[in-house]
Amino acid sequence: MIEQKVVTPEYLFFEAERKKQLMTGSEAVREAIRKANVDMAISYPITPQSESMHLVGDIFAEGYVKEYFRGENEFAVMSSVAGAAMAGVRVFTATGGPGTMRAFEVFPTWAGARLPIVCAFMTRGVNSPLTIQPDTIEMAYLLETGMLMLHAETAQDLHDMILKAFIVAEKTDVHVPVGVFADGFFVTHTKETLEIPEPNIKLPSYNPYSSPVPPMDMENVPVRQMRDPFVMKSNFISYAAHASWQQEVDAAAERSRKYLETYLGGLLETENEDADVLLVTSGTAVCQSREAMAIARAQGLSVGLVKLKSIRPFPTEEIRALATRARAIIVPEFNRVGWLAKEIKSVIDEPRKVVGAPRVYGGMTMPPEIILDEIRRVTR
Amino acid sequence: MNKPIFQISPGFEEIMPPEYRDLVANGPYGKGFGVGDLGAYKELVEEHPLCAGCGLALSIRLALASLPNPEDTVVVGSTGCSSLVFPQVALHNIHSLFGNQNAVASGLKRALKLRFPDKEKDVVVIAGDGATADIGLDMVMQSWFRRERITTIMLDNEAYANTGGQESGMSRQGTVLNMAPTGKKFPKASIPEVAQAAGCAYVAATSPAHPKKLEKAVRRAVLIAREVGPTYIQLLSPCPTNYKFKPHETIPLIKQREKEGTFQNQEYISEEAQRFLDSLEEARKK
Repeated sequence: MIEQKVVTPEYLFFEAERKKQLMTGSEAVREAIRKANVDMAISYPITPQSESMHLVGDIFAEGYVKEYFRGENEFAVMSSVAGAAMAGVRVFTATGGPGTMRAFEVFPTWAGARLPIVCAFMTRGVNSPLTIQPDTIEMAYLLETGMLMLHAETAQDLHDMILKAFIVAEKTDVHVPVGVFADGFFVTHTKETLEIPEPNIKLPSYNPYSSPVPPMDMENVPVRQMRDPFVMKSNFISYAAHASWQQEVDAAAERSRKYLETYLGGLLETENEDADVLLVTSGTAVCQSREAMAIARAQGLSVGLVKLKSIRPFPTEEIRALATRARAIIVPEFNRVGWLAKEIKSVIDEPRKVVGAPRVYGGMTMPPEIILDEIRRVTR
Repeated sequence: MNKPIFQISPGFEEIMPPEYRDLVANGPYGKGFGVGDLGAYKELVEEHPLCAGCGLALSIRLALASLPNPEDTVVVGSTGCSSLVFPQVALHNIHSLFGNQNAVASGLKRALKLRFPDKEKDVVVIAGDGATADIGLDMVMQSWFRRERITTIMLDNEAYANTGGQESGMSRQGTVLNMAPTGKKFPKASIPEVAQAAGCAYVAATSPAHPKKLEKAVRRAVLIAREVGPTYIQLLSPCPTNYKFKPHETIPLIKQREKEGTFQNQEYISEEAQRFLDSLEEARKK
């Protein structure tokens, strides 16, 4: 393990010198965690995530992470991660597909308990029939768990978003979990050239007493004691306490927007945003859409691209403004249900502009030609 | 009061509720109290909200009074009747979900060890029989396999009581309960044996009918969990509401079960744990 200097998040994100390195998405996770000053990481294998947590285990063995173990299943891992976060440490884990489903009951409790956990989701299809192939359907299920959701297009995004996720999650006025999503195999198992800071710097450590709820350590107040606690009671105070708590979790996620603006440079980014036809999507569907846009523009068609980086909070106002100018909005997705198309339809004034296609799932790739077919259909 | 967090900030004395002022002035933190001191200090649990005669309420009261270091103890609970009590307990305590208590406790204990490497922070799981022996058994056992340094206490009322009296893995064979309309078809699970096989350094089964025995078990379990490995205690805590007996019959019922041989007080101490207990005894004599 090399000596690491603590630097400000701003220095690490924006000022530190970056070097080019060829690596897979899984290796990008390792390089992010190496610099994230993580106290504890808990793992459980599932394809296509496993390699990323092996590699986190390797840097635990080197001393970059202080505690690491393999849990017994994803429900238990997400529970152990919650226990660690409640004790006041910075904690990381990763899963995907059926692992996400197995753990599901725990996710809303993370936000409800205001835990700043960062979890990487290497998305994959869910059963049945049995599949291990790429698919983003689990994101549809996670939309309303209270966690922030960032979607990486590339291994570079995955590396940068994981580091930034810790800092946004731990802001006192946010303090909710962040899921960083990357399309399994397409990002995790392919190599690209990243530009990343050297591992001789790391983020500042987490301060548990910056939490809006007390860490469970018997070192800070309140030592909870109520004569008539409001949990599970059938009275108005009880209902109001639960309802206002949920509203505060939503408000906390809303308050993350300003930090995402600063650290991600916006919840979305655009190319040729004044075009007649906009391809609006997230994850690796963005790369495929960029290819399709290039071909279409070479043929004289007016096509632009909107890459969504944050799904929760959702860039509602930004999309609404972009949608006003566009004639058609095409939403290519790597799943059957078209959750992103539904999200976009729900926020714009003219939902009929949205074409929820192409949709690719079951493990198939998304050649630019099938996006071009949709472009031709709307420009005919 | 050995820690400033148990003091009230100057000027706030009058607005704090009387039971909290009582806790600050007369609470058990750092005093080394045991069950023999009950009645002479302000207890950690404030006015239990459970049914009259509830065996769980007795077990929780005695278990909390037996903790060797309440000022540095964090409790992890689970869903069930006992989860109604913990908001009224003056220790940091966690309710996460139904059955995941030992997984939460594993992360919690390891994280507290990272943050406080030179201080003992005891993590004690207190959950019902459904949470421990049914829905959470895999995570309970896995925490033992991993030799997590936590104490697991099962409050065994032999049913799912909070949901209206359904059969659990700890109900006795033949018992007619909801979801076992023709009687339970298989025997009560023997979790003490499971605990021993799964790597617990200390295992005890007892009940609130024997407060001193219960106290000894809890103290041993917490101390052994610090130094040796995971520990398990099972407390028979009969439920008058679902088993339809009178509230004042809870303790006599336990004694009757002992007499007829359907409940036995047990204690298992591993060799390593016994050596550790012996070393404590040696140190005490000096």
